[in-house]
Amino acid sequence: MELKDKLLSSYIAFEDKLDTNSDVHEVRSKALQNFENLGFPTKKLEAWKYTSLNSVLKQDYSLFPDKIEAIELSDVKKYFIHEIDSYKVIFINGKYSSFLSQTTHENYDVCLMSSALNSLKYKPVIDKYFNKIAKQDNLTSLNTAFATEGAYINIPKNTEVKKPIQIINFTTGAQSATMVQPRNLVVVGENSHVQIIERHQSLTSNAVLTNAVTEVYADTSSTVDIYKIQDDEITASLVDNSYIEQQSKSVVSVHTFSFGGNITRNNLNFYQKGEYIDSILKGITISKGKQHIDHHTLVHHIEPNCESHQDYKGIYDERSTSVFNGKVIVNKEAQKTNAYQQNNNVLLSDKATINAKPQLEIFADDVKCSHGCTIGQLDDDALFYMQQRGIPEKEGKGLLMFAFANTVLESVRIPEVKQRITNLIANKLGVNIGFDL
Amino acid sequence: MKYTEEQLEEELKTQEYKYGFYTDIESDTFPVGLNEEVVRAISKKKNEPEWMTEWRLEAFRVWEQMEEPEWANVHYEKPKFQDIAYYSAPKKKPKLNSLDEVDPELLDTFKRLGISLDEQKKLANVAVDIVMDSVSVATTFKKTLGEKGIIFMPISEAIQEHPELVKKYLGTVVPTKDNFYAALNSAVFSDGSFCYIPKGVKCPMELSTYFRINEGGTGQFERTLVVADKGSYVSYLEGCTAPSRDENQLHAAVVELIAMDDAEIKYSTVQNWYPGNKQGKGGVYNFVTKRGLCEKNAKISWTQVETGSAVTWKYPSCVLKGDNSVGEFYSIAVTNNFQQADTGTKMIHLGKNTKSTIISKGISAGKSQNSYRGLVQINARAENARNFSQCDSLLMGNECGAHTFPYIEAKNKSAQIEHEATTSKIGEEQLFYCNQRGIDTEKAIALIVNGFSKEVLNKLPMEFAVEAQKLLEISLEGSVG
Repeated sequence: MELKDKLLSSYIAFEDKLDTNSDVHEVRSKALQNFENLGFPTKKLEAWKYTSLNSVLKQDYSLFPDKIEAIELSDVKKYFIHEIDSYKVIFINGKYSSFLSQTTHENYDVCLMSSALNSLKYKPVIDKYFNKIAKQDNLTSLNTAFATEGAYINIPKNTEVKKPIQIINFTTGAQSATMVQPRNLVVVGENSHVQIIERHQSLTSNAVLTNAVTEVYADTSSTVDIYKIQDDEITASLVDNSYIEQQSKSVVSVHTFSFGGNITRNNLNFYQKGEYIDSILKGITISKGKQHIDHHTLVHHIEPNCESHQDYKGIYDERSTSVFNGKVIVNKEAQKTNAYQQNNNVLLSDKATINAKPQLEIFADDVKCSHGCTIGQLDDDALFYMQQRGIPEKEGKGLLMFAFANTVLESVRIPEVKQRITNLIANKLGVNIGFDL
Repeated sequence: MKYTEEQLEEELKTQEYKYGFYTDIESDTFPVGLNEEVVRAISKKKNEPEWMTEWRLEAFRVWEQMEEPEWANVHYEKPKFQDIAYYSAPKKKPKLNSLDEVDPELLDTFKRLGISLDEQKKLANVAVDIVMDSVSVATTFKKTLGEKGIIFMPISEAIQEHPELVKKYLGTVVPTKDNFYAALNSAVFSDGSFCYIPKGVKCPMELSTYFRINEGGTGQFERTLVVADKGSYVSYLEGCTAPSRDENQLHAAVVELIAMDDAEIKYSTVQNWYPGNKQGKGGVYNFVTKRGLCEKNAKISWTQVETGSAVTWKYPSCVLKGDNSVGEFYSIAVTNNFQQADTGTKMIHLGKNTKSTIISKGISAGKSQNSYRGLVQINARAENARNFSQCDSLLMGNECGAHTFPYIEAKNKSAQIEHEATTSKIGEEQLFYCNQRGIDTEKAIALIVNGFSKEVLNKLPMEFAVEAQKLLEISLEGSVG
């Protein structure tokens, strides 16, 4: 059976377990209808021109793996940023793992989507924010239809969240391929500050398909930092849909580190709904083998006097393919907008492919918008210089690539995360970057 | 009087099309509609050989199966293809030895366009092949070119006189199946120019054609084929204006360039068709397919100044097939009032050491939309390919839009690609700087727009640069000099 049919037919069984009279359920049913009409994206859609999900959709996924397989902390400790104290919202096969998690309701809520959806206490927040900015496109609708679990983070105003929050989705599925659809909601109040680290990790060699949706609301003068670490198994595919709405004077940064996985698609959307907003989108992509990594970014400048900064670096080896599609829309009211976009790529192999489409749509005249896109190689002279001084070619190349990607790392504000990413880069490039940061 | 940007904007908005007039020459027009019979009739009218008729019919059958493309960032009322007359030619076709024999009304048209054949002959050394409503009525300098072995004639004559050349090259760069409008053009093209430069010949003068759309409600389907044999050089100019009409007029041309080993083709266009009035009514639909093929060490350079048409859909492209071949694209696109332009280029790198340069300047005013859409494709075997792209947009007023849709596809690690794009308005600091130095705002804007476009204007042949500047003036009158 096609995955689409399987999903549609399983919805009835899924529905049985839910409160069908709630408002949320209406949202779900509508979303399912939408998905039924649209189906999975195909290469005929402009947004999916370079990315085909066909190979991934062929798998026979188990949709509701209810058995939680026990995981020993020692086995998965390496996937945590364990050097720092943090809140943890951990899921195994889409189900909450209280054993591995550390949540809180003191001062602010760092807890579960399922309890937020089902509890009257949270209803005002859910009514106001749930599925409001998420695009009604095919994969987001699919997620909405089956949305039950994920992280729910609600920070009231004038609050600084003391510790970073780690959201990790583990998938086990020893018997069969697994599909999970986590749904996160982050609401950050006026003048508050929160840091979030997100990771999807497969613990099995069976195929995994994750279709995640995260909605983030950043109120006036708030600061939100999100770090997405994508270093999954080669059998795991990820579609990560993030929607971020910002109010005046807020600063939201999203760093995406894509190293692993089979097919990775990031849909990162920013909507600026106030003035003096800053949006920061950064990413490092290093791919090998037959990996396919796709970054689709959108920054929609709606109000005047805002800024956006995009900086994506990519290093592609072997037969890997990569896509960068960065779109900036400036509405005609959004005067004095400064929008910058930078996308630099290095191809290490003749079999590797990069497809870049930096796109500007501008309707206001008093703006400064620019994008730059380059595809090139490492500097032979610099490499020769290092070799002359006794640095082997491999290390020299590693150093050059590290330096190339470093502009993105510099803005990471948690030192432990920066160190972890550095290690991951060194590991991925197969070199020892022998210096401290 | 002090001249401000607001006033300039106001003037831009109220600017009427200067060349809006209509020549009353009795036309021999086919009834409206398109079917196999009409295609056959066009072919028969042209007295074409059997293979040509078949070629057209094949294109027509393909076209019937195709759908109009909708991916471009333009919105317009679709032309009704069955409501168009597909053939229109001036009835009196004068045989010309001198200008005296030309229909005085036609001469008057040219006079109002500011084209003096005599002057051009003497001063610019330009051979002009005038195409008025699809049929050539004047060819000059044919003799000089003939001595060099250069063939430059209407394509309808070329089909009669050099069928072997036309048959060999027609449709090789833009196949009939290429796209909706190319297929339509292949089926019904009325006339156009054919140019062949023999081996090692450097064409001694700029070749030039003027196109005009005359009869209201007639689509114009030009077909141009330029073949530069090994080691030759040619510079080809194309300029257009059209009279003011209320109905939307369709124009779907195809231009094919073939540059063989070591050859160079320079193709320059100035387009100033009727853009519609300031309410956005009327104007020409310009859906053009232009493509060039470069063999070894060959070079093709496209330069365009686009100021007219209500809707423009045009991507002059280069297929860099041979090693060391070079493709260039220089473009200025000016849109005003309700004009919409979706234009850019495609650089397909197939050979080793191929180079391409893209410089695109967009100026939008009024309520117009100006898009750059380009593709740079480096194929797996294209070692050491090099591309530089730059697209800059200048916005005047906050009701217009500037968009860029660059596609970059690299499949070879030795590729070096740079792409940059900026969008801005005329800086207040820049104006202030000029004012401080005693340059009034009007002159300052002229200076800045000129400077903004300079990189492209510089690429035009001298004789043409003057005309291009004239057209920029008309589109952005008040701002330039």
